[in-house]
Amino acid sequence: MPEVQVRKKVTVVEEIFHEGGPVSARPLRRAAALVVIRNPFAGRYVEQIESFMDDLKPLGLEMARSLVSVLGGDPKIIEGYGKGAIVGSAGELEHGALWHVPGGYAMREVLGGAKAIVASTKKVGGPGTRLDVPITHINASYVRSHFDAMEVGIADAPRADEILLALVMTTGARIHARVGGLKASEIKGEDGLR
Amino acid sequence: MKARIRKLATFLEETRSEMDRAIDPPTRRAAAVAVIANPYAGRYVEDLSELMVIGEELGDLLTQRAVAALGIPGPSAESYGKAAAVGEDGELEHAAAILHPKLGAPVRRVLGKGAALIPSSKKRGGMGVVLDIPLGHKDAAFVRSHFDGMEVRINDAPRANEIMVAIAVTDSGRPLARVGGLTKDQIEGEDGLR
Repeated sequence: MPEVQVRKKVTVVEEIFHEGGPVSARPLRRAAALVVIRNPFAGRYVEQIESFMDDLKPLGLEMARSLVSVLGGDPKIIEGYGKGAIVGSAGELEHGALWHVPGGYAMREVLGGAKAIVASTKKVGGPGTRLDVPITHINASYVRSHFDAMEVGIADAPRADEILLALVMTTGARIHARVGGLKASEIKGEDGLR
Repeated sequence: MKARIRKLATFLEETRSEMDRAIDPPTRRAAAVAVIANPYAGRYVEDLSELMVIGEELGDLLTQRAVAALGIPGPSAESYGKAAAVGEDGELEHAAAILHPKLGAPVRRVLGKGAALIPSSKKRGGMGVVLDIPLGHKDAAFVRSHFDGMEVRINDAPRANEIMVAIAVTDSGRPLARVGGLTKDQIEGEDGLR
């Protein structure tokens, strides 16, 4: 079982008051937890990689908890989430896919059983690569006001033998959301979609 | 507050290993960034005093936020730096009006001391422009282990009529500093240089 070796952690918090329209009484807050780890499979093809998902679980939980904490500490205010990974050049996209389970389930667990699938994206890239992490409502994927994304990246990561793991949480809709669709107030909350 | 803030962002970085050597305790640095309206965008204005007052406000707000992100008392901060990026309808002098006349005093109030010049950089640029905030020890500019820089970037700022203002604070120097020079235990702290 390869050990999870962390080189660097970066936390980004954004607080958005307006975007040219009325100033919101409750600013939208978005936070990203980024962790740079060593890719234990870099530089060669390894067939059996699945067990590394279990190794990543404690890190996923730590990142999810840190997001709730930087957004104020109360899991109830979290309304949107997303996840992503950037694999360094000596790795393959499949290594980024290892993050789906530990990253996604960690957020659902910390948020008390969020129902919607966690939107995600991944890529292979060099240091400084930017990733637009998609965001959707935590209980109903079709809530249109909560379709969003947060751009993340770190100037010196991922190096060739590293993976940059990302989790993102938000406290609400886009700041001037007004294009209709399913509203957060209309969620049935049964299937994770509506 | 005089500043019309659209957005605030904080960035917290923690380096735990470098070249496979553990960094313990980890080196940590934080940057707080404000995206504000440029009251002088699109025209030449001789008297820039409104931006100087805004600089004073942001010196306090952003330093408080950076220190809070590090979770340390202000006086425990070791190095600092400041930077601004002016959107395309502004001029470099607008960045200077924010950064130089009045921003420093509240920074030093929050950090307890700060005998050294606050290193700074400025530029004009479009959305997503990268700001490299220079860093130097807050009480003695010659402390070589603390010569550093922190990159920050916000993908949707500055818009043409905005200014992005950043303050970075650390609780440490570079991760594996070993190029000699004045060390922090040799600081006299009188003249801001040594």
